[in-house]
Amino acid sequence: MKKLINDPDDVVDEMLDGMTAAYPDRLRRLPDTQVLVRDDGPVEGKVALVTGGGSGHEPTHAGYVGDGMLDGAAAGDVFSSPTADEFEELIGACDAGDGVLAIIKNYEGDVMNFETAIELAEMEGIEVESVVVNDDVAVEDSLYTSGRRGVCGTILVHKAAGAKAAQGADLSEVKRVAEKVIDNVGTMGTALTSCVTPEKGEPTFDLGDDEIELGIGIHGEPGTERTDVMSADEITEHLTEAVLDDLDLDEGQEVLTIVNGMGATPQMELFVVNRRLQELLGERGLETYDAWVGDYMTSLDMAGASITVCAVDDELKELFDAPADTPALTKK
Amino acid sequence: MSDDGAAVVAAVEAVAERIEAERDHLTQLDSAIGDADHGGNMARGWAEAADAARDLDDPDPETVAKTVGKTLMSEVGGASGPLFGGSLVFAAGELDGGITPETAVAFAETYLEKVEDRGDARVGDQTMVDALTPAVHTFKKSIEVDNLPPIEALAKAVDAAERGVAFTVPIRARKGRASYLGWRSVGHQDPGATSTLFILEELLAVAAERLGVDVPETDAASPTIPDEDPDDAGGSEDD
Repeated sequence: MKKLINDPDDVVDEMLDGMTAAYPDRLRRLPDTQVLVRDDGPVEGKVALVTGGGSGHEPTHAGYVGDGMLDGAAAGDVFSSPTADEFEELIGACDAGDGVLAIIKNYEGDVMNFETAIELAEMEGIEVESVVVNDDVAVEDSLYTSGRRGVCGTILVHKAAGAKAAQGADLSEVKRVAEKVIDNVGTMGTALTSCVTPEKGEPTFDLGDDEIELGIGIHGEPGTERTDVMSADEITEHLTEAVLDDLDLDEGQEVLTIVNGMGATPQMELFVVNRRLQELLGERGLETYDAWVGDYMTSLDMAGASITVCAVDDELKELFDAPADTPALTKK
Repeated sequence: MSDDGAAVVAAVEAVAERIEAERDHLTQLDSAIGDADHGGNMARGWAEAADAARDLDDPDPETVAKTVGKTLMSEVGGASGPLFGGSLVFAAGELDGGITPETAVAFAETYLEKVEDRGDARVGDQTMVDALTPAVHTFKKSIEVDNLPPIEALAKAVDAAERGVAFTVPIRARKGRASYLGWRSVGHQDPGATSTLFILEELLAVAAERLGVDVPETDAASPTIPDEDPDDAGGSEDD
């Protein structure tokens, strides 16, 4: 498989240097770590938001570091959790004395390493709270998790909690908002092709030319079923119905949606999916408040997409609309 | 260097050697039910930990344990990093009064508690807890109830761990990567329980050597089983 890499062992390190070189006035790398933080941080008088996880999901995680979203992010190796000491460095570097909210995607390694880091940080006198995002409605337990996986809905947690923190809210309020998003968001994805990790250099799983995998996670881990190729509309219907059935929303409910590309799907196809998604919401009597389309949480070069739906109220609408200035997401 | 500190460094070196020797064995166990990296990760982590421990100037047991835990956390990665390393960092604090029977029991109990909390696993889930729990309970009972000399208590703990490892073979995994296999995990020995046993065996060997005694024979009496009924603990089992 052709890849634009030098040595698989150096991919993450070189990616992080490339990111800081692209955003020298925004991102700073903590020495001897894979942690990127806001160049102007820690921000006095503000609760800090931190996250992290395996690399290979770009622009997640460090792409959302900046005004109105995250204060820092730890990058693990490709598809593996950062270690507890990296998370600990991240927490220590971002705390300005007003406490830290750790946003964790529900993957076993991330949860264990982050929890260990949080306990260590608390021993140093830092106030830390955490939330675990589990928006993937496809599976109850998976190869990497007890309980549902955390996937693209995490971006909405970053956005809402980040906006709340930027307004000067205290740690408990910022956590409350994060949990509100988690309680109201669902996601499901599909893969048209496998991803190829730099180390392995070949597809992680075999998927025939005429097959797709539904309910896929963000590491190429198995989904709920493998079927023959379907049209964009059919796939969109399948994913949307699974998410909406899980959320069980009342007619007239306003929602924010994300059609997220998995890394190798053109925007043309994402917009085709979004077209059908919006029709389906209308048929169900739901009202779209905002529709995001793009690559928010990817799985290397996997082709495919996920659909995220989040029920919104006045508070969440205001927070999703609030200003943000990060490499991957800006709102004015 | 304090005697106790030197003993702990020696124990860490012995563990590092043993894990390196068992590297392929552990990886083989992990490849049956996990992602086949336990041997390599643990060997690398303990080798680095031994180096870090050797580099300490005049360390006390708490400092050595904390250093080893921190190194394992950053080198082992995955779930084993926080389980083996993170738990050690927290338990290390129990050794601030040096190594006595009381601090050793407190250390073992804190370590077990951290592993259980972090992994959310209990006896019967086919994890390292299946070796660790009977070992810690046996050690504590041998010291506090049976008033055995610490070296004999440790020997009994190793014996209990050994039977705990054997116990992982016929049961079904309910935590960790292996749980995804469901019933297919039955018949496999848990790699984390196995490496836990190797660590305890080396602690015993080093302790016996420093005391100038033979490793005590144990009578293989049944290990002290924890209070909880394994069928009730950890219980998300639904089929």
